[in-house]
Amino acid sequence: MRIRAFAAVLAATAALPCAAMAADLEVTHWWTSGGEAAAVKELATAFDATGNKWVDGAIAGSGSTARPIMISRITGGDPMGATQFNHGRQAEELVMSGLMRDLSDVAEKGKWKDIIKPASLLDSCTFEGKIYCAPVNIHSWQWLWLSNAAFEKAGVPVPKDWNEFVAAGPKLREAGLQPLAVGGSAFQVNGLFDTLVIALGGTELYNKVYKDKDEETAAGPEMAKIFAAADDARKLAKGSNVQDWNQATNLVITGKAGGQIMGDWAQGEFQQAGKVAGKDYTCLPGLGLNQTLTTGGDAIYFPVLKDEAKSKAQEVLAETIVDPKVQVAFNLKKGSVPIRSDVDLAAANDCMKKGIEIISKGSTATSTDQLVSADTQKQKEDLMSEFFANASITPKQAQERFASIIGSAD
Amino acid sequence: MSRTVPSATPSRPLPKSSGRPNQLFRNLNSKIALTPMILVAAVVFFGGTIWTVIYSFTNSRLLPRASFVGFDQYERLWASSRWIISIQNLLIYGILSLIFSLVVGFVLAALMDQKIRFESAFRTIFLYPFALSFIVTGLVWQWILNPEFGVQGIVRSLGWTSFTFDPLYNPDIVIYGILIAGLWQGTGLVMCLMLAGLRGIDEDIWKAARVDGIPMWRTYLFVVIPMMRPVFITTLVLIGSGIVKLYDLVVAQTSGGPGNASEVPAKYVYDYMFQAQNLGQGFAASTMMLLTVAIIIIPWAYLEFGGKKRG
Repeated sequence: MRIRAFAAVLAATAALPCAAMAADLEVTHWWTSGGEAAAVKELATAFDATGNKWVDGAIAGSGSTARPIMISRITGGDPMGATQFNHGRQAEELVMSGLMRDLSDVAEKGKWKDIIKPASLLDSCTFEGKIYCAPVNIHSWQWLWLSNAAFEKAGVPVPKDWNEFVAAGPKLREAGLQPLAVGGSAFQVNGLFDTLVIALGGTELYNKVYKDKDEETAAGPEMAKIFAAADDARKLAKGSNVQDWNQATNLVITGKAGGQIMGDWAQGEFQQAGKVAGKDYTCLPGLGLNQTLTTGGDAIYFPVLKDEAKSKAQEVLAETIVDPKVQVAFNLKKGSVPIRSDVDLAAANDCMKKGIEIISKGSTATSTDQLVSADTQKQKEDLMSEFFANASITPKQAQERFASIIGSAD
Repeated sequence: MSRTVPSATPSRPLPKSSGRPNQLFRNLNSKIALTPMILVAAVVFFGGTIWTVIYSFTNSRLLPRASFVGFDQYERLWASSRWIISIQNLLIYGILSLIFSLVVGFVLAALMDQKIRFESAFRTIFLYPFALSFIVTGLVWQWILNPEFGVQGIVRSLGWTSFTFDPLYNPDIVIYGILIAGLWQGTGLVMCLMLAGLRGIDEDIWKAARVDGIPMWRTYLFVVIPMMRPVFITTLVLIGSGIVKLYDLVVAQTSGGPGNASEVPAKYVYDYMFQAQNLGQGFAASTMMLLTVAIIIIPWAYLEFGGKKRG
């Protein structure tokens, strides 16, 4: 009796995957904060609706914790069904060594080339003419988040751009507030610096340094101005004893700090705290100066799998990600911009609308994650975190080291 | 002591009449049993080490690739200020943690050895931190040393408003903040080892010293400590390996910050191998770590083991 029941169960489990061509697909990602988790749920629900099953493989910690785990699973012969990476060159070598799946057929069928805007997103998925990833969303770094309450307390009007913000710094200090909130981890100061480059120096300078990797420009007078601005930021940031970016955002939300330079994902935190854009906080894209956003973000890559049913499910997931309805649902929760412009985002808040407007106007630049390798990015992070923590390094010394990093960058 | 060590020779099954057996076949059973272990050691330890050293001369990125670039990775390594800071931090941490954990551990053990009451309770208390992982230790001390709600916050709330104690946020002294946590975690074990060593000292020696009227501190310093040489060597090896692999404590407490002020070599290796996706650079750094350890170990091992054969 028992054995027969057992055999029946066995037979059932064996027969199930064959009956329907559906499969369980494990998806690894590092979307673990409140808003991010809600966004992932949208994606999972949409995928489950196709008859397949989304097995959530969230890895806590930031991308720098998660990526080594993902990469070692793929190179170690235990690939997941699909995995998140940032747009750009993080998965470059995995693609080169043939560990990632070619999605060209799916892309052709879905006319990705026509619908995905800006085109740079698909370009960074492309290697030797084939497409290897499905873009999920667009994130941009160039935002200055300001606490209206903090400026009211300091008795100065809310700044309209970076220069006014710097000028208001001493007033904030006098009022016992932290002018600029910056967390301790390296990616934050690195992103802050890149934001200064494009916002204060202009898109041309940004491209010359990061795209053309021109050492002379990196050592030149234009960049010296940026380093002087970074020195200002360093002085304003002194005293913010927090580690993670969302702790720093929290200082702005609670009015303990004047502002923070952080990507648009910070918006999710404001929204969760029930704050209203324009009333409780102010957002300045491009630091209020150069209205250009870099279009980084997330993409889903698909490792090569032997299992046919799972490979089929990968195609379904890729189609699901690009689907207009899923794009809207996911990005509203995540606070990011959809990868296609033909969707309706009436529910977006003011700051998000500003971002969408800038991107649809086409004043975009490619993100540094796409332009330089992870190795160069790490060297920059090392330099910037040292510069911001150690006041004895002069802007000039930092610039010399920066120029040599750019000179040997790839 | 030697009675407690199980010896392999008496259980040898070879008959005596067969004459002098071939050295190769002596203890054949144990040699066969050991073969897998020897193979694993050879392949995993030596093979892995040699492979790492060879690939440190390549420009491998995310995946190992055999395109050799000479000493480029090493030049870049020694030009990197982060690596220099890492080495300096490891030196400071290493020397101080060696001295303090030995001294504090021994003093605690000697105090414990005075036939005090509740000895086992104290022993448990001192050894407890060792049961915690470095990550937990690091987090606990991150909170204790946090200026907002740690020691500084408490003292300030008691009235001393100008009191400042924030080692983890001051680049000049951050490594000492890590040292405190490391000592808190590690001294308990040193104490236990030392206590075991002290208990191994024959009671008669103490009696003889007392008869001769030698003060207690002199007995410890000139009689007991030299007799505890094997215990000290074991302890040194344990502390030493703990120093070289220092990584998780830093990650949990400061993640290398503020800036690069508390970076250590092991973290450099990990960060460059996996975050920067530059295996070559990580291999070069780990080869330098191996070289440093070898520079210390080889002369010492030569003196320790080479000398005995001659004597």
